[in-house]
Amino acid sequence: MHGNNDSFEAVIGLEVHSQLLTKTKMFCSCPNIFGMEPNTAVCPVCLALPGALPVINIEAVRLAVKAALALNININKKSLFARKNYFYPDLPKGYQISQYLDPVSSNGYLDIETEDSSKKNKINKRIRINRLHIEEDAGKLIHIGNRSYVDLNRAGTPLVEIVSEPDLSSAAEASAYLKSLREILVYLGVSDGNMEEGSFRCDANVSVRRKGDPELGTRAEIKNVNSFKFVEKAIEFEIERQIDLILNGGKVIQETRLYDSKENITRSMRGKEEAHDYRYFEEPDLPPLILSKEFINDVKNSITELPAEKRRRYVSEYKLTEYDAEVLTQDKEIADYFEDLIKENSNRIDIKKLANWVINELLSELKLKESEERMPLSAKNFLELITAVESGSINRNTGKIVLAEMLSSGKSALEIIKEKNLAQVSDDKGIEDIVKQVVNENQKEFADLIGGKDKLFGFFVGEIMKKTKGKANPKKANEILRKYIEENK
Amino acid sequence: MDDLCRLTISEIAGLLKKKEVKSTDILNSYVKRIKAEEPEISAYLYNDFEEAERNAEAADKIISSGSDYPALTGIPLSIKDIFLIKGKRTTCASKILDNFISPYDSTVVRKLKENNYVFLGKTNLDEFAMGSSTENSAYKITKNPYDLNRVPGGSSGGSAASVAADLCAGSFGTDTGGSVRQPAALCGVVGLKPTYGLISRYGIIAFSSSLDQAGILSKDVTDAAIMLEAVAGFDEKDQTTRKFNVKKYAEIVKKADKSILKGLNIGIPAEFFSDGLDPEINSKVSEIKILLKDLGANIIDISLPDTKYSVSTYYIIATSEASSNLERYDGIRYGYRYNENDGGAIQSLDDLYRKSREAGFGNEVKRRIILGTFALSAGYYDAYYKKASLVRKLIIKNYKDAFAKADIIIGPTSPTPAFLIGEKTADPLSMYLSDIYTISVNLAYLPGLSIPVGAVKNPTKTDGILPVGLQIISPWTTEDKLLSVAKIIEDEVKFREKIKK
Ligand SMILES: [Zn+2]
Repeated sequence: MHGNNDSFEAVIGLEVHSQLLTKTKMFCSCPNIFGMEPNTAVCPVCLALPGALPVINIEAVRLAVKAALALNININKKSLFARKNYFYPDLPKGYQISQYLDPVSSNGYLDIETEDSSKKNKINKRIRINRLHIEEDAGKLIHIGNRSYVDLNRAGTPLVEIVSEPDLSSAAEASAYLKSLREILVYLGVSDGNMEEGSFRCDANVSVRRKGDPELGTRAEIKNVNSFKFVEKAIEFEIERQIDLILNGGKVIQETRLYDSKENITRSMRGKEEAHDYRYFEEPDLPPLILSKEFINDVKNSITELPAEKRRRYVSEYKLTEYDAEVLTQDKEIADYFEDLIKENSNRIDIKKLANWVINELLSELKLKESEERMPLSAKNFLELITAVESGSINRNTGKIVLAEMLSSGKSALEIIKEKNLAQVSDDKGIEDIVKQVVNENQKEFADLIGGKDKLFGFFVGEIMKKTKGKANPKKANEILRKYIEENK
Repeated sequence: MDDLCRLTISEIAGLLKKKEVKSTDILNSYVKRIKAEEPEISAYLYNDFEEAERNAEAADKIISSGSDYPALTGIPLSIKDIFLIKGKRTTCASKILDNFISPYDSTVVRKLKENNYVFLGKTNLDEFAMGSSTENSAYKITKNPYDLNRVPGGSSGGSAASVAADLCAGSFGTDTGGSVRQPAALCGVVGLKPTYGLISRYGIIAFSSSLDQAGILSKDVTDAAIMLEAVAGFDEKDQTTRKFNVKKYAEIVKKADKSILKGLNIGIPAEFFSDGLDPEINSKVSEIKILLKDLGANIIDISLPDTKYSVSTYYIIATSEASSNLERYDGIRYGYRYNENDGGAIQSLDDLYRKSREAGFGNEVKRRIILGTFALSAGYYDAYYKKASLVRKLIIKNYKDAFAKADIIIGPTSPTPAFLIGEKTADPLSMYLSDIYTISVNLAYLPGLSIPVGAVKNPTKTDGILPVGLQIISPWTTEDKLLSVAKIIEDEVKFREKIKK
């Protein structure tokens, strides 16, 4: 633990809100997109005009159930929507439609990787999840000068709230949990996982207690944490703050605290957030949400392999290193692409080589170009290039050049190789001719080489490559040059 | 042409079909009558004769084209000012929506437009439909056409008065605890509250979402059937509507024959004849009992034992839901917003909410918001809202048990005839009791109908009479049966014919 007193332990629970990647909002048919002109994605329902009524977006329910199933959370066949009442200008109805007593799913878990108490060994830890429920997002307030403006484009956006049990005991564990959760949701296509834009948000409940104390300490809720780095930092700060407070004879009070990333501290929101009585009650405008077995099974069948399973499979089936498996599975698009390559791999190129091509060549090239499009090359085109290099028809360096060209022009590897006449000169006769030519042009140096100046070997290889514009197969060039030297000694 | 205003919808439709009159003729007749009578009655919050004329002309065109057209084509109707109509002011009789012009149509109004109806105007109501006398309107007090010193009932009092005074051919209201049936009884017209979920609530300003239901005020039972058929049915915009098939109510009512009463078990709940019931109303209901028995029905005594809890259960559930439904009136996006010229600076966001809502809402609305907020708050939720929800289940069970024995239930609609303006305003509890027989029907999601079955002497007006309503309650989604029985009673009682004389 980060604290300066090892007799304390931290108890942390996370509440994660994630927007769902649906076409339309939770209870109306307005588009669910980010970045439109303020108050243009609105209708009577999400503006809370008199008389407007909510209608459940079944696509959102589908995504929520998908997330719940992937997180091992029990689906409740009957769940209820409830109203959470409070006044705020970004909440047009004066209540948020959420789920309270009977959520769509409850009691699940997520396994994370953490360290044992010696901090030397990696172990798996099971973090229990209390519930995942469906709700709607509020709008946004925009403050300009001393005026506040309301943008209701976000009002009514579908959300899931995922509440963990207080099973996390360090900032690092909290971060690991959050990363794993985000990875799964993004993988499933449930969420875009964007913390900066606020479509994936996290509140942390943090308390500390003396080790061995069965009672939980008083917790503080930390809000306004909008990146993984800050989640870790905010929790670390808060743990230290609470330990210091207790060691100095103070008492932790139950409150909401905002994280200030500039100063790396948490600040009390006292006064702003009075004890709210949300007056929850069943939403009378909506019938209970009843999920059929068929619906649940249908969603279950749509769940693809999750990242952790994929990683295990890449190591066992493809014999990749843990590191390579990790890189290839960090993003579903990359993993899908890699698997496409394997599927299309009719020339039976070693899978490890394919992995290297993706990781060392394609991903680094894309990173270099800061490509908007994430996987711009078709698997078929990329395989054409890989085959050209691995079969020796062009050399590795030329391959890199061709790859860059493919990405910028969109042309196929074979087209580029042909157009620029890049095919490697591998035939003996061709290279012999060039060797002779180079020797003719550098007779003095050649005499020196034969005379024992071995360093000049490299010079001749370089000249040969220059003449062939890099197309000569370097192995072949070496071989033929050596033979020629022997013959002329 | 004043007589045209007295016609029922089916009668007008007959004349239109035979091309004996035009919709514009009917309209002109109403315009004349409204101009003469409305200042006394104050049934309307506003009339829109220009719109009405456009509607009537369009309807005449459709009728003269010779092709088939929907049943309400060319029929002038009034609409309670709780239904949203695109481009029209909708206030719910509240200052907080004083300047609100609706940008969309409620589903009911959309269907009426598809029916080529003629929009005469918006009728008065108790603010946000909270009341039983229409005295809680922020704008005006509607008078009972039988006695201008008396209330028309409420909250759809403007609608009931507009039908009773022949200021429209029929009207759409809403019924949360009796708001259609009670004013229908007090004004001597037919009032139908269908099964919860039969008519879409989309675009109807919400009072209590689990109790609100659009209802119909009409001159006779046939008209109620025609109007119901025009607007009933599943709506994808209201998830509390159901996919049950809408029956051909008009057709069914037309065919209703006395023979259906033979062997029909008609339940009389003992709890509907308790102390508060006016003895004269009691005897009117007894006359109907005898009539039905003579027609071959079995009159059986039944019990709805938890009726005594219905008023308190209702006032907890309805106010709880209302406290939440009315949170959207915060002065931020539309409606009344306090400004500093109204007196005193705005201190904070909360202060803006407080001042806007304080000036925008009337006393009864505030009373109910406070009541509902209390019933839902932490520490009280279990004792009030949760308990009330459980009692509601008991009341539903009461009806289920009763309908195991009885095919249909009858009783009084209201414990008293129309009361005097101001008589109950000082005592909200006595006002709440005027819905004692209607409330449980909403709690149980059932259809109910009030039909005039006679009149009692008006004690404060020489030779004056006050109508008495009979309430008929039938099982879930059996509006066909409900309307048929009502039609037979109507034909026997001949209330309209007698009143005409
Ligand atoms: Zn919308």
